Parts: sequence; structure tokens; C-alpha cells
Amino acid sequence: MAVKDYLRERFLPHMWCPGCGHGTILNALVHAVEDLQLNKNEIVMVSGIGCSARISGYVDFHSLHTLHGRALAFATGVKLSRPHLKVLVPMGDGDALAIGGNHFIHAARRNIDMTAIVMNNRIYGMTGGQFSPLSGPGVKATTAPYKTIDNSFDVVELAKAAGATFVARSTAFHVKECTEMLAKAILHKGFSVVEIMSQCPTHFGRKNKEGDAVNMLGLYRDNTAKLGSKALEEKPGLIPRGIFVEQERPEYCEEYDKIIAYAMKEKIS
Amino acid sequence: MARQKLKAIVINRDWCKGCGICVHLCPKKVLELDGSDKAVVVRPEDCICCRMCELRCPDLAIEVLTEEGEENA
Repeated sequence: MAVKDYLRERFLPHMWCPGCGHGTILNALVHAVEDLQLNKNEIVMVSGIGCSARISGYVDFHSLHTLHGRALAFATGVKLSRPHLKVLVPMGDGDALAIGGNHFIHAARRNIDMTAIVMNNRIYGMTGGQFSPLSGPGVKATTAPYKTIDNSFDVVELAKAAGATFVARSTAFHVKECTEMLAKAILHKGFSVVEIMSQCPTHFGRKNKEGDAVNMLGLYRDNTAKLGSKALEEKPGLIPRGIFVEQERPEYCEEYDKIIAYAMKEKIS
Repeated sequence: MARQKLKAIVINRDWCKGCGICVHLCPKKVLELDGSDKAVVVRPEDCICCRMCELRCPDLAIEVLTEEGEENA
């Protein structure tokens, strides 16, 4: 199937600003789904609230646009009742780690088979550019006109510590890498987290003098380095990109099925 | 392996928002923004079919159509 077959063309052009990295993530995601030749009737996309969450409206999968931060909770319900479906959960940085921080760590802890995509633009774009828990210190935002003092979460470290069995990071500049990671994450059995750094030229870029979308993409190119690369060894200050964790652990739905089978046996005997 | 040859770069002008990502990140400078801030193909003969414009476009407005070229020597 062509890429366009996975889109609800009647809702496009989308509502994201010119140069928004979220559009590139949507692009990478449909390319990943196309590469895997998945049946769109077997994919469910569950999203929360925010710019990022609008992505579920543009894809022609089953889609669920839910409460702020609670996408993973709804997704858990979908997955437990229909374990054969592929569940994709795109979330913004605030959606995933502020409002939905608890859902995020507990979904990772359970290792339920779904793909969480953290579209990290380090700001609340839709509501006007407030700083988020991923902004980090020294960032200007509408709620931090004299710069933020809050430390940020490291999505990768947090997901690793919480027990996610697939953890990766890429950026909207590295689209091919992004597509490959998303494809791998979708195929992975267990809770997979893909953090994709995404530019918000309207709020983050403008406030922090990072220029337009093209310039911000240039910063992703210059300030990140592939895991295990020479560049990262020489300059450890760069943000590492790549697959950080890829391991097997008992998956939640399968374990739950075993419990059901066990309980039914008890009942019969 | 045969090299991909460009058939056409199709740009959906209704979806393009003129962010310029394709224009600036094309390795061969094939695209430009026109008077109404929409991407247009100006040097198709230079295109190497890397598809980076298609993959990076945040508006999913670009499609690079290719055909099989001649065998590489």
C-alpha cells in the first residue's frame, strides 16, 4: 500500500504550524507502517491531548483521542481486550511525562506490548508555549520569561529504569533512522519507547532564538550523535541517539492469559 | 543494481505550508520556494532521488516518483 493509503486525506492539510517536527514524525510513522506492510485494520492509535495528540486524527487506523496524559491507560484497556491489535501511543512531552508521568512508568513496568512514541518538543505548544518537564534549565517559555530553573527528565533513562524493554531516541532531522526505529519498536514484543526530538519553531524556537525549523533541524544534526560513534566518544556532551535497550521479558497480556488459564483450571477441578 | 531515475517530484500545493525544510536540506538544491511560498521543482535534472524531501516534509506534501534507470557500469 502507498503511504497515502494510511492517511485520512480529508483532514489534511494538518493543523500543525509550518515546519513543525510533529509532521515529520507522522511522515516517518506512516513510512514505517508501510515498510512493515501492516494491515491498517489491525493498528490502533491512542493519543491524549496536545499538538502531538492530533496525529491520531490524520492516520487511517483505528483511533482513540483520549484524556490528557491518559493515552497509555486507555491503550492498556484496548490491548488487554484485543491483544492481537498493534497499539501505537503517540504522546507529547508534557502529555507523556507531566500529566501522564505515572501512566508512563507503570506501563513500562508492566511491559505491556505497545509502542509509546514521545514527540519531544520541550514545550506545551498548543496552549501557548509553557515550559514542560522536558524543557530543562535555562529555557525561555511564556511561563518562564527569565528562564527555567527546573531540571528535565531524560526520557531514555526514565524508561530504562521503569523497565521498558525497547528504548530508542532519534530526532526529526534523522528521518531514516526514525523510520527504522519506529518499525523495530512496532515489531518488538513488550513496552517500547521511542523518543523523537521534534522542533517547535513557533514557541520553543522563537523564544529561545533557535531560528526557524531548518535551523532547529541543523541543531539536532550538530548536537546529537549515534550511540557508539566516535563523535560521541570525543564529545560526551552530545545527545546520544540510537537503540539503548532491546531485551525480552514476559509480556503483560501473555502473563495475564496464563493467570486466566490457571484460575479456570482451579475452578473446573 | 540499476540506479533510480527521476520521473517526477509531485508537490501537493494545498498541503505545502512553505516551511522551506525541503528547499534547505536538499543536497542538490533541486527545490525552491515560489512567490506564494510553496515549494517548486526548479532543477529536476540535478535530483539524485534520495527522497529526503519526501521523508522530511512535515506536511507530507512531496512525493518523489522514480523509475528504474540504466544498469550501472
